[in-house]
Order: sequence, then C-alpha cells, then structure tokens
Amino acid sequence: MSMTMAEKILARAARLDETKAGNIVMADIDIAMTHDLTGPLSVKSFQKIGVDQVWDPEKIVVLFDHQVPADSLEAAQNHIFMREFVENQKITNFYDVREGVCHQVLPEKGHVVPGEVVVGSDSHTCTHGALGSFATGIGSTDMAMVFATGKLWFKVPETIKFEIEGKLGKQVYSKDVVLNIIGQIGADGANYQACEFGGETTSNMSVSDRMALCNMAIEMGGKTGLVEVDDKTINYLKGRVNKPYESFSTDEDAESLTTMYVNVTDLEPQIACPHNVDNVKPVGEVEGTPIDQIFMGSCTNGRLDDLRVAAEILKGKQVSNDVRMLVIPASREIYSQALEEGLMNIFVDSGALVCNPCCGPCLGGHVGFLGPGEVSLSTSNRNFKGRQGSSEAEVYLSSAAVAAASAIKGVITDPRK
Amino acid sequence: MDNTIKGKVWKFGDDVDTDAILPGRYLVLTGEKELAACVMEGCDPDFSKKVKEGDILVAGKNFGCGSSREHAPISIKGAGVSAVVAESFARIFYRNSVNIGLLLIEAKGISKNVDEGDEIEIDMEEGVLKDLNNSKEFKIKPLPEFMRGIMKEGGLISYLKNHLAEIKDE
Ligand code: SF4
Repeated sequence: MSMTMAEKILARAARLDETKAGNIVMADIDIAMTHDLTGPLSVKSFQKIGVDQVWDPEKIVVLFDHQVPADSLEAAQNHIFMREFVENQKITNFYDVREGVCHQVLPEKGHVVPGEVVVGSDSHTCTHGALGSFATGIGSTDMAMVFATGKLWFKVPETIKFEIEGKLGKQVYSKDVVLNIIGQIGADGANYQACEFGGETTSNMSVSDRMALCNMAIEMGGKTGLVEVDDKTINYLKGRVNKPYESFSTDEDAESLTTMYVNVTDLEPQIACPHNVDNVKPVGEVEGTPIDQIFMGSCTNGRLDDLRVAAEILKGKQVSNDVRMLVIPASREIYSQALEEGLMNIFVDSGALVCNPCCGPCLGGHVGFLGPGEVSLSTSNRNFKGRQGSSEAEVYLSSAAVAAASAIKGVITDPRK
Repeated sequence: MDNTIKGKVWKFGDDVDTDAILPGRYLVLTGEKELAACVMEGCDPDFSKKVKEGDILVAGKNFGCGSSREHAPISIKGAGVSAVVAESFARIFYRNSVNIGLLLIEAKGISKNVDEGDEIEIDMEEGVLKDLNNSKEFKIKPLPEFMRGIMKEGGLISYLKNHLAEIKDE
C-alpha cells in the first residue's frame, strides 16, 4: 500500500505492516522529552498512576531551558523537584541549566533519529521532524502514560505536503517561507495534519533552516513537521547519532496526501503582526513601525545560521538608542561557535545584550518581559496577546535579517535596503 | 459523565490561544485551584471571579491553539466549568482536555447563535445542544469512540490504572 512518511513511521512504531490516516495506533516511543516548565506536571501525573519506575530511563530526556537560571522561588522549586525525579529514576539524559533550548539541544546531542518517534511535553517538538523523525508535542498526562508504559496512542494524521520551488531572494529565508504559508492557510489550516516540506527550495536549505520550517508547523495546527532525509541530514547526523536508522519517504500516490505548491521566487521578507501568527504581511506594509525590544533567539531562529545573518548586518553598526536588543543563542554549542567566529563581539559592540542560552522572552516567563504598550519584534514563533509579558504589549515576528536591520533603525525595516 | 448538562454561557471568540487561557508566567504553578485563579486572564482579567461552578464556555474556531501546556485545560476544569463548546478545537488542547476529563463539545454554528448569559442544555445521548433562551438547537459532534472510553473512566490516569497490564503487553 502507498503510504506517507508519517504513516510509515507510525506503522513501524506500532509494529504494523501498514497503517492509514484516521487509524488509531498504539506506538512505541523512542524518545520522550520534558523540560523545567511542563516537567513537574508530567511527573505529578505519572506519580498518580501508581507505577514506581519509568519504562526506560535511557529513553527519557529531561532538560531545563525555560527558566534558567531560576528566576523565581517557584522556578527554583520546580528545578529541585525535577532534579530529584532524575536522580530517583536514574535518568541518564539530563541537561541542567546550561545547555540551551530543548529543540536545539536534542538534535545536537544525537537524541533525534530518522524514522523514530519523538514526543515532548512542548508543542514545538514538531521541530525534530526536520531530521526525518515523527515528532510531536503532547500534554503532561500523555507524558505520564509514556513514562509508565513507553507507549502512546495516536490518530494517524493525513499529510499536507508543501512543494516549495524557486530561488529565495537576497535576505529572504525559510522563516519568511513558512510565515507566508501560515498566512495563506491560517492558524488552523493544517489542524491535525502532518506538515511535510519538500521541493527544490527545501532541498537547498540547511538543516537549521529546515528546523525553522518544521518548528512553525504547530502554528498552522500541524501535528508534526517533516522533511525527508538527504545528504545534508546525513551529514548533520554524523558524529551525533551512533546507531543505525531507517529513512522513510512519502509515496506520491499515498491516499491521505494533499499537495500544496508554493513558489518563493518573488517572496519578500514576511512579518506576522499582532496578535496571531497567521496575520502575515510583507515587510513593506509595516515598515517604519517603532519597536521597543528586539528578541533574536528561540527554537525557531536562534541558530548559528541566524546569528551569522544578524551579525553580518550589525557589523560596525549600532543598535538604535530607542530599542533594546536581546541576543540569545539557542544552545551552548551555538554560543561557543558564535564566540569562535567573532559574532558575539559584533553583537556586544553594537550594543545588543547577550544572554545565556535559554528560551528568553519567547514565552514571557523569564528575561525580557514586555510592559503595557510596548512593542516587540521577535525571531520566535508566537505573537499571541500576552505571550511576551503584558497583555497590552504587541509582538511582531520576523526572520533574523529583519530583526537585525530593524535594530539599527529602531523601527521595522526591510533588510534588503 | 452525566448525559445531560445545563449551564450559563460565557462567550469567547476565534483562535483563543493557550496564552490567553493561561499566560506563561503562571506555568510555574501546578495546583488546580491556583491555576483556576488565573483562568482566561488573557481574555478577561476578572474572569476567575465571575465564573461559577457549572458554567459553560462557548467559543469560535480553533479554541486552545498554541502550546501543549496542560495547565490551560486544568485551569478551566479547576474553575468548575462543566464543558467547553466551540466550532473547533486545536489538537493538543483537545487531547489534553480528554485526558484530564474536561468535557469538550464541537458544535457548528454555535458561536453566532448563542449569547453570553444564555442558558444552554447539552444532551450527550441525543447529540443535541439547545439554547434555552432562544430555543435554537445544534447538533454536536460525538467524541471518537476511543476517547469516549477514556472520558467514561474519568480521564487517562484512571484509564491507565485500569488497563496498565493490557497496554504494556500490546
Ligand atoms: S524558545 Fe519559545 S517556543 Fe521554543 S521551546 Fe522555548 S518557549 Fe517554547
């Protein structure tokens, strides 16, 4: 039977020869990730089941990234609680406050393997599909079930495949592509579907740019993002993943497949305007909007490629006195590479504030809280009301290039000019 | 799960996201009552004071979009809300709600035809929702059978307690 990539991976995980969209399958979980913010609820739910030991301490990853270092008494208590869980359960893959954002650290450390099923108690777990895995965000009670049994039920999703064609223009990036798609199909345009990204443009993208695409799948309601494994993926995995893996691809005649063609040749930089991710406009329409804070980071665009783009623009220039710019590398590995390449000097010299790898202001729980009436331009993935602090603040989303160009002017700026 | 529920309506719009239901700064909390005290704060800061046991939330499409935070449905359940009725729900929120035993109901046309403060009655057996103020009736979409099983047993934790051995062997 012809199947999609998502169907094939789920069939394998459920030990079935085949499965199709709409079926409910009980799948074996290969990796389960939880972090400092949703971890405590997951553990508390797990404790209610009445099972003493987790199913496999080597398949669980616990990571602190949302509130690191602890910014409040409650956060410190949550960290203590999770450290105790890690110790009692003998969990081997534990990353305390220093490694960075989960969706960057997991692939870096080789926990994400093509053809496997990754679940995380975080909605942007879909990012990991960029390496050809089936990865999805789940809640705390589902995570408790995984901790106890190593299994989880899934309704097999249909697939919407975005065939992206055309050459991206100067200063136009994968973030612009995915924002444009979300603007077209809406915040629930892919509800419950697997969002697969293909076509020549995706092939030409770096793994890091593909991660940005998959990261945003949830912002159109997607259950996971997916990209087929190719040489770039294999290169990325080299030295990180030391076990054999299987790569799957979508059969063109799979029944549950819908294809959407996207041509990006003339695409301009895109901006998601307050307060919905699907409120997308070309940069030209919002140019000149004054900004109070710029956040360059997150699991969407806090990677080395993004920092390079931003540094190139900021080199020898100054961040406007009217804005504060926060640069937060997504992981320690990225931080270290950026230091080596001299990018951090550029940021510091330009007047940007460099923080430790973490989620930062992305979800308004940690550094860089916005006050009432303030406006933020952010390379992250959500601009919901109240997302980065006050519910009377506004958040615009963009690529790293738009963020850096806007930092210099203090207003939303087209990086091509 | 009772087969009929009745309650007073609070109305919300389309795309109510999890940051509006429960802002990120409260994610350090885990208790049901503590979370209930901040419920829907992003939409209406005083909502937790106004909502009463047994009330029903009615919303537009894509309710609960955004993060996987289970804190969001827990805060709604903790506030005593007996059901959330919407045109459609976001995927993770839907699943989380079933897992914790918060009743979600999909009913097309509901958001334009029911007013805040109306009293509505939901008959699960018949699959019908009725606005008692204007007598309008709506068909409700039943939960998939597998999820109904989880709801019937009071949520995923009790379901797991009852079926742990079978699941492990599967
Ligand atoms: S960077 Fe933002 S979106 Fe990514 S995991 Fe952290 S809070 Fe979530």
